[in-house]
Amino acid sequence: MLLVPIVGPIVLAVIAFLVRSAVLRSWLVVVNAVIHAAATAVIIVAPPGPMFGGWLAIAPLSRLLLGFISAQYLILSFYAPAYLAERAERPNRLFCAALIAIIGPMSAVMIAHHLGLMWVAIETATLCTAPLLYFHRTPRSIEATWKYLLIGSVGIALALFGSFFLAYAAAKGNVGTSLLFEDMVGHAKLLSKPWLHSAFVVLLVGYGTKIGLAPMHTWKPDAYGEAPGLVGALLAGGLTTCAFCALLRFVQILYAAGEGAVAQELLLVLGLVSMAVAAVFMIRQRDLKRMLAYSSVEHMGIIAFGVGIGGKTGTYGALLHLINNGFGKGVMFLTGGNIHRAYGSRLTDQVSGSIRLVPWSGALFLAGFFAITASPPSGLFLSELTIIKSAFDEDQYGAAAVFLLLLAVAFMGMASTVIKIVQGTPPANVTGPRREPVLTVAPAVAFLIIVIVLGVYIPGWLDDALVDAARFVENRP
Amino acid sequence: MPVQPQTTALLEPPLLVFILLLNLFVLGTSRLRAVIGASALQGVALGILTVTRHGEVSVEIVAVAVGAVAVKGVLIPRLLHKAMRDAAIEREVTPLIGFVGSILVGAVGTALAVIFSSTLPLRDEDVGSLILPSAFSTVLTGFIVLTTRRKAITQVVGYLILENGIFIMGLALIAAMPFLVEVGVLLDLFVAIFVMGIIINHISREFASTDIDQLSSLRE
Repeated sequence: MLLVPIVGPIVLAVIAFLVRSAVLRSWLVVVNAVIHAAATAVIIVAPPGPMFGGWLAIAPLSRLLLGFISAQYLILSFYAPAYLAERAERPNRLFCAALIAIIGPMSAVMIAHHLGLMWVAIETATLCTAPLLYFHRTPRSIEATWKYLLIGSVGIALALFGSFFLAYAAAKGNVGTSLLFEDMVGHAKLLSKPWLHSAFVVLLVGYGTKIGLAPMHTWKPDAYGEAPGLVGALLAGGLTTCAFCALLRFVQILYAAGEGAVAQELLLVLGLVSMAVAAVFMIRQRDLKRMLAYSSVEHMGIIAFGVGIGGKTGTYGALLHLINNGFGKGVMFLTGGNIHRAYGSRLTDQVSGSIRLVPWSGALFLAGFFAITASPPSGLFLSELTIIKSAFDEDQYGAAAVFLLLLAVAFMGMASTVIKIVQGTPPANVTGPRREPVLTVAPAVAFLIIVIVLGVYIPGWLDDALVDAARFVENRP
Repeated sequence: MPVQPQTTALLEPPLLVFILLLNLFVLGTSRLRAVIGASALQGVALGILTVTRHGEVSVEIVAVAVGAVAVKGVLIPRLLHKAMRDAAIEREVTPLIGFVGSILVGAVGTALAVIFSSTLPLRDEDVGSLILPSAFSTVLTGFIVLTTRRKAITQVVGYLILENGIFIMGLALIAAMPFLVEVGVLLDLFVAIFVMGIIINHISREFASTDIDQLSSLRE
């Protein structure tokens, strides 16, 4: 059963690659997502035992996050046929195959219980992204793909380097080097401390690059700027979640070794740095999609900050924020993509009055902005509040104050750009209102509903899953 | 089939020194062909090291060694040569740090790598061995090349050298690395560079150069 979400997409990707009809191919994305979601639901409800000598297993963290990426992918997939129909002039064979395949290695990251296997999965997922970013085939998209590939590959290479440091810590501690997370956590106290600390620093830089924490975030504005909205949402919600899941596994090992404070301190600082860098670049940002990229840097910073605070509810809040942000980014990237297509531009000089030109997308973009900047009743309000509350409980008043200040700056920076995009009158050269196909809007509506519902009411099963996952990361019984 | 442990142990230091010298060579030369050749030689040396490190010959070890030589020593260099010919470039020009400067940074880095690895608690068998300093120094060399060179192809070689350094670290932990993972790592590396090769090709077609300074339309 554990193999279905990993192997299924790859098989379907091959089929999609062979199918002649571009329309049929785009619907295979939806078929893939439905199968994946069904398999994931079965796995979550009745977690199967480990496979292949423990290489594949469902831990509480992967149970939560696998469910999340599958749900996000399912909703996103319905955007694909409508989007590709609008872009019918471009060949989409490779794009569809990569879009279908990518959820396979992404699931493998979650399910892998072996350090090396997880690394291979995350590298494979990164490679699948290249054709997705390069869809437009413009010089700018080549540049973005190049930066993404090179910086991403170096980041992942460093993650492997850090994994080897960890393996050395195990070898030095005479723990035996099975590289299974189970064994690492079980024997964490025996690991050689200096190697363990170095390992975490290298891993944080490596996976931090994939997550897009500042100052390793430089690929993000370019990649998100050039990616189609659908891909942007998948990267900002799905792939960053995979990289975070990987990093959290190592945070768990540090907690188990009694060195949780080291991880917390580093994550807290890096989180605040990311929020600060993002806030600075969001002020006077003229490019719609680059703004979303910096918003992603900001939210990754918030999540890192939450894990860094720890305490009673810090990690819980961070995990909840990871989910809220993923769904919220879905609203922003999909509607942002619609607006971009309607105007043929992403710059605020040319994009204004989108609520008149594309009423649905414009309104949803505005609502998404309020949701993503944590205005109540958005789910992000609740998760940020949870993190701040934990910061006060832990007597981190200084950090909490900086956190709140940076949130305010980011809100104001983003607001001025969003208001320019949504309000006012469209420039004379574009006429509207434009037709908005149902499937280019419906997924964004679904994302928005989820974000708002999560702000008002967290179902019991989700709460349990979050509590379990937070306990798992902090290695508490 | 066990190999004489003495002979294999004797081979290791010269091979590592050879790899370190290649690092300095890469830092000091502007000719792309030579840079690619040096990384290929490193790949071959790593393949031999894989066998000497184990001290015995089994199917899996030979498979990893042959895989390393094939991917790092033959396939990737050929891909890069092709990319070089397609883009019609021969030399790295005006790097951010000059070639002599790069060698100096590399040499200091190697010394620091030796000091750094001696500050960490080593396993008994690694005390006095060059394997960890070589790994750190090679990773550092890859970094220098990646950050100071302007041609896309040289940057890929930098990435390759970085990976070579990590591979050496992996050899230090040979018992820990399962066969499947090593194969996966090699395969991923190959595909990554293959995809990078395709992109380089598109860069040279669109920009009529593979100078990454041309790639500045996305700068803030």
